[in-house]
Amino acid sequence: MLIRFRLNGETREIDVAPMRRLLDVLRLDLRLTGTKEGCGEGECGSCTVLLDGDAVNACMVVIGQCDGREITSVEGLGSEKHLAPIQRAFVTDGGAQCGICTPGVLVAAESLLRRNAAPSDEQIREALAGNLCRCTGYERIVESVRVAAVERATLARSKTSNGSPASQRGTKSGAPQ
Amino acid sequence: MTAPNEKEPKSAGVVGKSISRSDGVAKVLGTARYVDDLPALPGEIHGATVRSPVPRGRIRSVRFDPSFDWSDVIVVQASDVPVNVVALIADDQPVLAAKQVNHAYEPIVLLACADRRKLTLAKLAVHLDIEPLVPVLDVATALEGSNVVWTAPAGFGEPNTNVVKRYVLTKGEVDVDAELARCAHVLSGAYSTHHQEQLYIEPQGVLSWWDDDGVHLVGSMQCPFYVHKALVKAFALEPHQVDVAQAVTGGGFGGKEEYPSILAIHAALLSRKSGRPVRMIYDRTEDIEATTKRHPCLCEITTGCDADGTLRVLKMRVVMDAGAYVTLTPVVLSRGLLHAAGTYRWPNVFMEAIAVATNTPPNGAFRGFGAPQTIWAIERHMDALAAYLGTDPMVLKRKNVLVEGDTTATGQLLRTSVSSLECLDKGSSASRYVERRAEIEKENRRRAQRGERKRLGIGASIFMHGAGFTGSGERVLQGKAAVDLLPGGRLRIRTASTDIGQGTETVFRQIASDACGVAVEDIDFAVPSTKVVPNSGPTVASRTVMVVGSVVEACAREIGDRVKTEQVEQGGTFAEAADRLLVKEGSVTALHQYEPPPFVHWDDEAYKGDAYPCFAWMCDVAEVEVDLDTFETDVKKLYLIGDVGKAIHPTMCKGQLEGGSLQAMGWALFEEVVWKDGLIQNPRMTNYIIPTALDAPVFDTTLVECPFPYGPGGGAKGIGELPMDGGAPAIAAAVEHATGIAVHHLPLTPERLFEASLGRLSPTSTFHPAA
Ligand code: FES
Ligand code: FES
Repeated sequence: MLIRFRLNGETREIDVAPMRRLLDVLRLDLRLTGTKEGCGEGECGSCTVLLDGDAVNACMVVIGQCDGREITSVEGLGSEKHLAPIQRAFVTDGGAQCGICTPGVLVAAESLLRRNAAPSDEQIREALAGNLCRCTGYERIVESVRVAAVERATLARSKTSNGSPASQRGTKSGAPQ
Repeated sequence: MTAPNEKEPKSAGVVGKSISRSDGVAKVLGTARYVDDLPALPGEIHGATVRSPVPRGRIRSVRFDPSFDWSDVIVVQASDVPVNVVALIADDQPVLAAKQVNHAYEPIVLLACADRRKLTLAKLAVHLDIEPLVPVLDVATALEGSNVVWTAPAGFGEPNTNVVKRYVLTKGEVDVDAELARCAHVLSGAYSTHHQEQLYIEPQGVLSWWDDDGVHLVGSMQCPFYVHKALVKAFALEPHQVDVAQAVTGGGFGGKEEYPSILAIHAALLSRKSGRPVRMIYDRTEDIEATTKRHPCLCEITTGCDADGTLRVLKMRVVMDAGAYVTLTPVVLSRGLLHAAGTYRWPNVFMEAIAVATNTPPNGAFRGFGAPQTIWAIERHMDALAAYLGTDPMVLKRKNVLVEGDTTATGQLLRTSVSSLECLDKGSSASRYVERRAEIEKENRRRAQRGERKRLGIGASIFMHGAGFTGSGERVLQGKAAVDLLPGGRLRIRTASTDIGQGTETVFRQIASDACGVAVEDIDFAVPSTKVVPNSGPTVASRTVMVVGSVVEACAREIGDRVKTEQVEQGGTFAEAADRLLVKEGSVTALHQYEPPPFVHWDDEAYKGDAYPCFAWMCDVAEVEVDLDTFETDVKKLYLIGDVGKAIHPTMCKGQLEGGSLQAMGWALFEEVVWKDGLIQNPRMTNYIIPTALDAPVFDTTLVECPFPYGPGGGAKGIGELPMDGGAPAIAAAVEHATGIAVHHLPLTPERLFEASLGRLSPTSTFHPAA
């Protein structure tokens, strides 16, 4: 079946069986291995991607459901030269240890910050409750999200004050900011 | 880069700074390649394992369904294994079971196929005919010994019993019972702990292929040289024919210490037979069922003290469940024993530690390595003693805590870097322990009056963890590391110490940078591959920073000195001098070997002496809220006061303390492997529950720096395992404060707390003031 969707801002068209998991299509067919598999049953969140802006577990979504929709994976958040604020914060503030949960956590956190620019610690914990991390104890993750929220706010302010278009340091995904 | 116009290399001065982790960018971009992310090699196929469905039995036959098309499926059985042994300590574990199975999920047949779906069907087409034998599934039955289920290899265990290992440790008075009789108060108790699954989020996985050089293996692992040794043995190869490299590893916690060896042999067997690369990645259920777990443990303690609470006698028996094979059990048992006396001063000690075999999957390494089990026991016992004496536990603990100049249960004189008292006092003040205790009691009374059903509680634990290998281990191991000088004044660190998330790469760069003055960005970290790096010993035992880090420091210092000497003699920048040196000498490498501090002496026979070069110390204070109707425990806040010697990277140190403490909390409250007839009933993330961000407490973490003079970077000590040791007893103490229920057996699940509240699981303490 021919399926069309936007992935990280680009239009993609692939011919695959509609019942295949989005996770496998991303990892195997499209070779985007940033999205991880930790359990395969919707429990760990390491496969989190955004589907039309909402965080979903890619192991629980079949590709047929994605027709005509917008998907953002960790690869869509930033690039080596221009890390998204959420990515930079995880590097500087200890949010990532072994890193296997990190792509999913980043995507879930990005989705939160798009909805809520200044979340409380409790809201951060709630938004990440579906993303298991066995390394950090979550304290540095919460801290990293907090740092990223401040950074995003600073960027947004500088954007409005100097009227420049979207900062290069911001996310470059095609999803609405 | 070192600026070319600089006369001297910039003294980086990065130790003590929380610089960005060097592997961080790849991890946040999703470009870090874990083993399942590596591009497929040409012709690569997938491997799978057929496992025993029963805990013990005789294999009568293995039948391959004739109606199934086996033409493109590779099949490997025990007869295909050149040397059917997983090399570790006792060599008692087969790579594949041949005639008998000794635990459920024991591997019997390996399959490989290009088509994953067909591979799943092929597994179902293998029919195992196993005649069941009566299994031994618990420690008590194993100890009793009428059903012997383990065959001791030469030189191991006690023949014709299930005893895999036994140690005795004594100090002071020979007749401890007589000494107990002279004590004002004698208290006995039994304390038990359960299995725990490491549950790294990345399951186990490897990729193997063969060529003219021999076998190659890349995988998720902590210890490439363990895998190397296992492959050499199983295939009867020369060491140079085996090449093992670590892929980016998504957590280990001990679970990827010894287990990857058997998986590596499996993949290599399939690859050899098929002539194609084989990748094996466990799914979560297989990972939980088949891999090692924390050893369950039962501790029976009798103590004697003076009327004022001064401790006099510790008598203790520690029994651990090894599972079906030895794996690392003797070492786990040893570390458990060496931490069993806790942070206290005991003039007289008699301790016996026994590990027995059962027909359960082998238990193995897990962060803390035996110490969390025994520290649970001694801390709970100290709380029970305080309750018996009618004093606050923190007062009793403070009175008896080890300080500099004291000797431990093994007779080790604590010379330096002893901060137990400081950690305890900082724990008290950070948490306002005394005030909070009073406030909480008042609040609980108010709640009771209003008929509210939630209660608050505060509790503490004080504990330590020995850094590095036990006893003479480091001297025997001779861990090595190397630093190479590269063009332009850059360096490359080569060690077998793997970064499994704890930050080894970053911290080693910081240590090397300060040792030689080269900027941290100009230092590379070689992928730990047995062809490239020297054997630094395994990435275990909180030894990476303290032991291997100190070797890296020595290497970097040597290189720095050589380049600076060249600079002084011939001038130019550091980079120019480095390049000249490289031209002159061809290659410039410093290779050093770990030398334990000269005072470390250990007697393996008597089990006396310096068990560890030093200890890291820690105090946990937990605040909890317990619902008296549901018996759910909410840990509100965890104060962590940890002595790390010297924090090379403060943020990572905190990350270790917090992450380890949350694992301890999971073990204390939710994590439970449910067994039925030797099989695991909850091998999934949906029913083996680990803490989420909402379950996690708010951490208030304080780093104490009480330097160890022989540690790198100005005195760093190993802290990777430390936080795992004290979380459970602190939480249990807080639950006891909240509810009055003293739980001595983990986990504190709502069901168990409820049972305990009814007195069905009442603490087994029996106290009898001596005559
Ligand atoms: S792999 Fe999708 S939730 Fe765990
Ligand atoms: S960083 Fe390892 S699981 Fe989160």
